[in-house]
Amino acid sequence: MSADAGTQQHGQEQEHHSLAIYYKVWGLLFVLSLFSYMVDYIEVQGFWRWFWVLTFMTLKAGFIIAIFMHAFWERLALIWTILGPPILLLFLILFMAFESGYTESTRVERLGHEANQEPVSMEVIRASH
Amino acid sequence: MSSTAPAGSMPEPRRGMPGFVDDWSADKQAYNVPWGKAMMWIFLVSDTFIFTCFLVGYMTVRVSTAEPWPLASEVFALSFFGSDYIPLILIAIMTFVLITSSGTMAMAVNYGYRKDKRKTAYLMLATAALGATFVGMQAFEWTTLINSYDIRPWSNPIGAPQFGAVFFMVTGFHGLHVTAGVIYLLVVARKVWRGDYEKKGYEVVEITGLYWHFVDLVWVFIFAFFYLL
Repeated sequence: MSADAGTQQHGQEQEHHSLAIYYKVWGLLFVLSLFSYMVDYIEVQGFWRWFWVLTFMTLKAGFIIAIFMHAFWERLALIWTILGPPILLLFLILFMAFESGYTESTRVERLGHEANQEPVSMEVIRASH
Repeated sequence: MSSTAPAGSMPEPRRGMPGFVDDWSADKQAYNVPWGKAMMWIFLVSDTFIFTCFLVGYMTVRVSTAEPWPLASEVFALSFFGSDYIPLILIAIMTFVLITSSGTMAMAVNYGYRKDKRKTAYLMLATAALGATFVGMQAFEWTTLINSYDIRPWSNPIGAPQFGAVFFMVTGFHGLHVTAGVIYLLVVARKVWRGDYEKKGYEVVEITGLYWHFVDLVWVFIFAFFYLL
């Protein structure tokens, strides 16, 4: 009786997935992280660096939210409460990207700052310590 | 919790878009989850806004500065026992530690729902230990930047001073979340061990897990934007 009541109480919330899906996603997250690291390690630059880093990032975030955080099994009312507001933040990112590009252009054109300087090599810094 | 009603007295709620409309239009609760879970999600959405503000602020100062941005790949390189410097290796290890902790947490949630309190408590302790390891490695990273490279939140001898400001702000706030998560995990693990949730049910473990996975999720974005791009 008490076990029965316990099952009733949690109803649909009770997650009885087999552990297999967690192991699979876990392994996948490891592989995706390794791939992101390899992008840096083999020094992919330019467009493809952005492409691969953002692709692996999106996949990792998606799997964490969907499987580990169980969003995949939730109802749409909750899913859109979670995903809706952050989507609006994409506009903030877009506007601030324009704004900061403009700020840099004024610094270069009006203040005479030199754009695109190469950073100091770390080898020089480490040698001085 | 509305789900205490005996099965069969209420029709099965519709799924998909019709279910979405039903949930929002009827005179009843919108979220068919325990209140603690809904509140944790809403807290996490608000936390998403905070971290997005940090990362957007980071983008803004990085794009707008004309001074050179230090190469993360080189700054966070490490040498082991006199070997050559391996780029970004510490950050890669920290990433793997955090992913491993997410895996142990997911399993703790699963064993919680199976009412296996020993395994649940052990897996939560493992998660907390991995989280503490992560914070320890972060402390090492901070020490290197402060002592070896003289980087401060207001100055940076190897490039744009904004690098220091963003680094300490973003990783500091994330580290604070991890530290809070470790404490949260230990508190709940102790209660699991005592058997506090035998009768109440193990949703609390899932709610704790939501917070922990979120901390991992934020790191995915910091890793991509701050360290890789």
